[in-house]
Amino acid sequence: MEWEIVIGLEVHVQLSTQSKLFSGASTRFGAPPNTQACAIDLAMPGTLPVPNEQAFRYAVMFGLAMNAEISKRSVFERKNYFYPDLPKGYQTTQLAEPIVGAGEIEIHLEDGSSKSVRLHHAHLEEDAGKSLHEDFQGMSGIDLNRAGTPLIEIVSEPDMRSAAEAVAYLRKIHSIVTYLGISDGDMSQGSMRCDANVSVRLKGEEKLGTRTELKNINSFRFVERAIKVEAQRQIDLIEDGGQVVQETRLYDADKNETRSMRSKEVANDYRYFPCPDLLPVELDDDYIEAIRRELPELPDAKSARLAGEYGLSVYDADQLTQERASADFFEAATRQCGQPKLVANWMMGELAALLNRKEIGIEQSPVSATQLAGLIERIVDNTISSKIAKQVFEAIANGEGDADTVIEQRGLKQVSDTGAIEQMVDEVIANSTAQVENYRNADEAKRPKMMGYFVGQIMKASKGQANPQVINKILKDKLDALL
Amino acid sequence: MAVDAQTVHRLAELARIAISEETLEEVSGRLGDVLKLVDQLQTVNTEGVAPMAHPLDATQRLRPDQATETDCREEMQAIAPQTEDGLYLVPKVID
Repeated sequence: MEWEIVIGLEVHVQLSTQSKLFSGASTRFGAPPNTQACAIDLAMPGTLPVPNEQAFRYAVMFGLAMNAEISKRSVFERKNYFYPDLPKGYQTTQLAEPIVGAGEIEIHLEDGSSKSVRLHHAHLEEDAGKSLHEDFQGMSGIDLNRAGTPLIEIVSEPDMRSAAEAVAYLRKIHSIVTYLGISDGDMSQGSMRCDANVSVRLKGEEKLGTRTELKNINSFRFVERAIKVEAQRQIDLIEDGGQVVQETRLYDADKNETRSMRSKEVANDYRYFPCPDLLPVELDDDYIEAIRRELPELPDAKSARLAGEYGLSVYDADQLTQERASADFFEAATRQCGQPKLVANWMMGELAALLNRKEIGIEQSPVSATQLAGLIERIVDNTISSKIAKQVFEAIANGEGDADTVIEQRGLKQVSDTGAIEQMVDEVIANSTAQVENYRNADEAKRPKMMGYFVGQIMKASKGQANPQVINKILKDKLDALL
Repeated sequence: MAVDAQTVHRLAELARIAISEETLEEVSGRLGDVLKLVDQLQTVNTEGVAPMAHPLDATQRLRPDQATETDCREEMQAIAPQTEDGLYLVPKVID
């Protein structure tokens, strides 16, 4: 039996506004508990919410970037449930008339193929506070700083067919919201959170299987692992004659398993109704069109432009544009040194490895775009070889200054002086009688390959600083003179 | 039309209120009265009428994105039953 996995994602993205969705309390991260929770956030009697214009602007930007319909009229509703980190007893959200309607985006997969994923809708809503379950005299502690922070919830159609596709979609959303600058997209701080609806069905079957919902998965890697392990659980269950139960499950990263969050309580019924405290929000065409004109260049457009303008491969261009900071780095370095291909190679090679090792983003890179461009300029003008360049790169990363300073201080300048190289070549030839003999007796076709040994010895003698082109030329002349 | 006991209990649970067996009959009758009113409304022909989100024929004013509120923790926590380290304390919500 061949199974097909069906995945839909609900992604919550915290918007980078200064103030909350319905109050003038600050949204700054990391403030002492409850110092950014005002009377409105705390649901004090007599308070009235007033929506934040910037949250609407951000939601419209997102909708436009997703090629989605923008609703000129949207309505807030109350989703009623009781939990201590939700002081009002309801979450103000949108249901029947959300700000962003149906849309579609292209996702790019590792094998180079791409696929379209449909957006069901995206709506504005407020975040809840945080519950801390450490032991406070056997009670729970509540911090309401986050209560009322604006979110957009982005709901996809069940269009993804593998964990890898789900991750590609999530990365695309991440890339779009960070390009737009509407969210920092930091999953580790909860600025972006993901719930996955997962079901399985036999290949060819049209009817969707019963789905489970995986809650609050907080990294790209966990999304992939959680979906894989949940789909396998469902397949095993069905193959053993069981049935999938529609429920909410939690992914346990330590055990790499999902488990039911079902409690003994009866299922919730959110009893949505339009919020009487808020009037319908209406946006006109001028407002929406003005936002459209100000949209920054988005990842797909940037990738296509980089590929065209700088002759990069589609893969390289995609890699470099996934993050706006990385695309900016690339363009800054390329403008300076005029070597797009070398900049791309260094960024995806040495620089990516360095950032990975240090577990930091390109924004915190110890090697700046200017420094990388400076290094590449020295490779191109033959001051240093590519091999030495790696040493110089490490030194720059360690804070030893820019390429010129490192080359100067460490005396790494490539030796192109023919006299000095000639001397080294003579010495190596004199010390390699057997190899010279072999060279002379070898087939002419095999000789170029045999030169490798001599080049290696000379490089060693010069501590890697001799210009390889110059070595090759002198060496060949000298060896051929012995024939 | 009275609301049956099971529905009353379910509604009470969703609203987190306690309804004693003694008051059950009264509550059930009163909820039934509300539903009668709803039934009456249901008889109105609403074909082609868009659902109304708000009785006022007006649209929402939006607010510029500025943090205008100042820290009022001390004031708010003065009227809270229990606090610790700046947190509001509530009965434990998970086991």
